[in-house]
Amino acid sequence: MKLLTHNMLTSHVKGVIKGYPLLIKATEVKVSEVEFNPQFVSRMIPKLEWTALVQAADGLGQLNDLPNELVPDYEKNDEFLRKVHHVLLEVEVLEGCLQCPESGRVFPISRGVPNMLLNEDES
Amino acid sequence: MSSSCRRPEHMAPPEMFYNEVEARKYSQNSRMIEIQSQMSERAVELLNLLEDQSCFLLDVGCGSGLSGDYLSEEGHLWVGVDISTAMLDVALEREVEGDLIVGDMGEGMPFRPGTFDGCISISALQWLCNADKKSHSPPKRLYTFFSTLYSSLVRGARAVFQIYPENSEQLELITAQAMRAGFTGGMVVDYPNSTKAKKFFLCLFAGVSGVIPKGLGSETVDRGVANQVQFTGQRCRFKNMKGKSLKRVRTGSSRRRRGEDDRAGKSELTRSTRDGNGSLVFNLRCSLCWVHQPHLHRDFTQSGRAHFHRLRA
Repeated sequence: MKLLTHNMLTSHVKGVIKGYPLLIKATEVKVSEVEFNPQFVSRMIPKLEWTALVQAADGLGQLNDLPNELVPDYEKNDEFLRKVHHVLLEVEVLEGCLQCPESGRVFPISRGVPNMLLNEDES
Repeated sequence: MSSSCRRPEHMAPPEMFYNEVEARKYSQNSRMIEIQSQMSERAVELLNLLEDQSCFLLDVGCGSGLSGDYLSEEGHLWVGVDISTAMLDVALEREVEGDLIVGDMGEGMPFRPGTFDGCISISALQWLCNADKKSHSPPKRLYTFFSTLYSSLVRGARAVFQIYPENSEQLELITAQAMRAGFTGGMVVDYPNSTKAKKFFLCLFAGVSGVIPKGLGSETVDRGVANQVQFTGQRCRFKNMKGKSLKRVRTGSSRRRRGEDDRAGKSELTRSTRDGNGSLVFNLRCSLCWVHQPHLHRDFTQSGRAHFHRLRA
């Protein structure tokens, strides 16, 4: 699971109002190279929850001096876009779990695939 | 359409039906792969994405990632959701580029609002119409799916579902729940006259997509003086209708096509009367389809209203 996907994922357990952001507990993390697409990254930045992204990257030890606040005029800042690109698309959680901040429900991640299936009483 | 005992969704729930054996077919059977890729190609075409822009897309029922491969080829990034772990294992083996998630469509899409620029789904939606567990209610699960999907899409985005509908009731069930969730849109049928090549695509639109109006004072917009009628170069379209009421005017060709005498039935076009039982009988024909028998005409694409009419005996 890439951190871009994590930034968009929420807990959908019945009754949970703010199941975001999901807490990552990773046991295996992979960093692989992905082709850099500055247009895509700058298009995704307004959609991101920045604090959640910084927290997630920090938790995985992949922060690489990403600023706590969003940089103004990021469209032209190639260095900054590259940093965001690395965190969003190159860092992958392979094994571990995601935890809902409200209900404490744990969603396991195996081989990079989070299992978001609910039990019958949760949906 | 195949008989009911041959439909996979009648045999077992999707997580059981798509086991290792079935999943293997999706990586080895070249005919299956070809059909899946063709349908994905068409679905992406119907998404009507901006050209030369890589988008963030959702693939519902991504399975082994055949449709995702096409998305990657086109330069898009995608997230795939599927309930069958065996199919996702095949996708992992094939090293697809998108992110995969195990999830059940009927439980809703677990994404933040406004995440995706579009959604495609190949041969997956019909699975939602079956109740595989005692607690399942297809209309409720469809509604949960569509409402969470609607919110997870960017306004103006489209969702395209290739489906194999079992019958018209099933189509009605699906479209009714999609409309309830706020979607507009309709069904596109490719090759309707061929039994083999016929394909159904449900195209749904989330909100309006349009160009931002230009601000006043820029060079493209010039409003002129406020209390003066503007000159237009447009021609008057009603020139040849002088002195006739709008309702009655019909061109001769359309009357002839319907086999109607010029003198008969003109004044009855818009009236309704009550029959012996006191129920309303409309003399007017359905303005949308010109069918002569009593029928239920549902036009969800434009007005969302259903109307019913029958002709006097």
